[in-house]
Amino acid sequence: MHGYLLFVGKRALLMFAVIFFGISAMFLVTYLSPIDPVEQVLGRLSARSNLSPEAIASTREALTAMFGTGQPMHVQYWNFWTRLIQGDLGASLMAFPTPAMELVMRGMPWTLGLLLTSTVITFIVGNLMGGLAGYFQNNRFFKAFGIVTMGLQPIPYYIVAFIILVIFGFLWPVLPISGGFSMDVRPSWTMPFILSVLQHSLLPAFSLVLVGLGGWFIGMRALVSNIVTEDYVTYAELAGVKRETIVSGYVMRNALVPQVTALAMVIGGVFSGTIITEQVFNYPGMGSLLVDAVNAGDYSTVLAVCTVSITAVAFAIFIVDLLHPLLDPRVRTE
Amino acid sequence: MFAVFRDLIRYNLEFAIGLVLVGIMVIFAALSFFSPVDPTLIYMAIPDQPPSAQYWFGTNSRGQDLFWHLSAAFRNSLGFGITVAVLSRIISISVGLAAGYLGGWVDRVLMFINDIFVAVPIFPILVLFYFVLRNNMDSFTMALILACFGWPFDARLIRSVALGLKHREFTRHAVFAGMSTRKVLLEEHLPYVMPIVFSTFMNNMLWSIGMEVTLAVLGFTNINNPTIGTVLYWANSHSAMVVGTWWWIVIPVILIVMTFLGLFLLAVSMNEYIDPRSRLRRMGA
Repeated sequence: MHGYLLFVGKRALLMFAVIFFGISAMFLVTYLSPIDPVEQVLGRLSARSNLSPEAIASTREALTAMFGTGQPMHVQYWNFWTRLIQGDLGASLMAFPTPAMELVMRGMPWTLGLLLTSTVITFIVGNLMGGLAGYFQNNRFFKAFGIVTMGLQPIPYYIVAFIILVIFGFLWPVLPISGGFSMDVRPSWTMPFILSVLQHSLLPAFSLVLVGLGGWFIGMRALVSNIVTEDYVTYAELAGVKRETIVSGYVMRNALVPQVTALAMVIGGVFSGTIITEQVFNYPGMGSLLVDAVNAGDYSTVLAVCTVSITAVAFAIFIVDLLHPLLDPRVRTE
Repeated sequence: MFAVFRDLIRYNLEFAIGLVLVGIMVIFAALSFFSPVDPTLIYMAIPDQPPSAQYWFGTNSRGQDLFWHLSAAFRNSLGFGITVAVLSRIISISVGLAAGYLGGWVDRVLMFINDIFVAVPIFPILVLFYFVLRNNMDSFTMALILACFGWPFDARLIRSVALGLKHREFTRHAVFAGMSTRKVLLEEHLPYVMPIVFSTFMNNMLWSIGMEVTLAVLGFTNINNPTIGTVLYWANSHSAMVVGTWWWIVIPVILIVMTFLGLFLLAVSMNEYIDPRSRLRRMGA
């Protein structure tokens, strides 16, 4: 138990370090950039409407107060953190006066849902198939499966999502290719709405799964094909242990340990993929929000999306790390 | 060196296919040096022509001959990938070798930093960079940013090899002979990690070109510089699939898939070659 607590403590420290470092880097980027957010917002505002010079001057004052520019760096940095901890990142510009944080929170369930389901499916299917392919090395089906998933794996998320979009949008339109749910249902916890959400999430999730499968498949197959040659596996086979027990208890379980470590390492990358997939399928998550915010020059929303995504990814990695000792007894006793 | 290549081509079909694919793409990209038109100019050819004898890959709605335009785009993208890979290799080699050889608190600090870099989601940060830099973000700046985030996986891999080298006989000899730490790392240990460096080089190129494609497709790069991503960006912004100029999308996608598959096969087969167990299985010894 003591070992487990130590492990959790170390991992929690890492999580806070990631959040601290990521958000500080974010602050630095915005601070050092040659572009002044105040002038940028002013430019946007005055492009749309005729403002009197006095109005511009007072808007500039208000914006300078809001962004806190014009103060020395350490003061700005301190203010940045205090506001972050209060969850206040200012009002969004494109949906004024909705707070930017609220927009992000609206998009978050969609992104998390997509990320979670596709990662779980990918991890389970990829490892299961990879493990079986490593154990039954001459099986034709697993070989074919391997070639297909490995062929898809290196291709960028965007291209795969786009090909799926073309196939299911133009050539064989059976599934909805855009939006989070149908126009004609009201968002509530009713059956038609849930079904509609599921139906709309199929294609985005499918594209994420397709791209992700290959990595797990290759990794697991390589691990298993090395473990199969170990003495204890041969011994178990000679002793007449059932095949299923060998595959699940002797081979797969041992191979899963590094794979769970790897899961924690790829979550950041999968998150990037989710953002792009959302954009391709016009899915109402944080990714679409980020792109809209950049195009609208919405400073607060861009910062809010970045902050929340860094925190969320760090937290997700922490959770995956907590699973590690359940599989590997050595971590518990260390 | 040549013997290794001969073996790889003879015993490893994947390596041979990868080499052919990458070779085709490199030659195609190199053709851009002989391009009769400046690929950044628009309305130099009749717009929206399907592939024909005159325009091999057709022309796009912006009046560019797609053959020469794509050729320049692949040159820029491959060049971009190589820049990122070289820069991030330098970081990962120095961090990996130093952490593995020096050990102790140096190792712990470096690996802690390493873990942080692994966990930070790069995409939002890249978008943030674009957001604040806008048109000041050229492809070299982007390559620098990507290189800063592209090293941690490989540094860990190199460290694991360096850890094993540290206790080998020849390292001790070198130290007793009075070699400086820098010399031990560069002259004694570096050759052992070179195979890993080569295979991760390909993977890193895949990753960085993929990132560039993603950013460019969203319009978050300098869209006037022809790259794989910006070709797709312009095709999308002219709704190529809807108005029927399919070749503007299909041809680049095929070429991209060829490039990525080729690089990936090279990386995978080199990886397999490094692992003696799988090499023996393949050669049937």
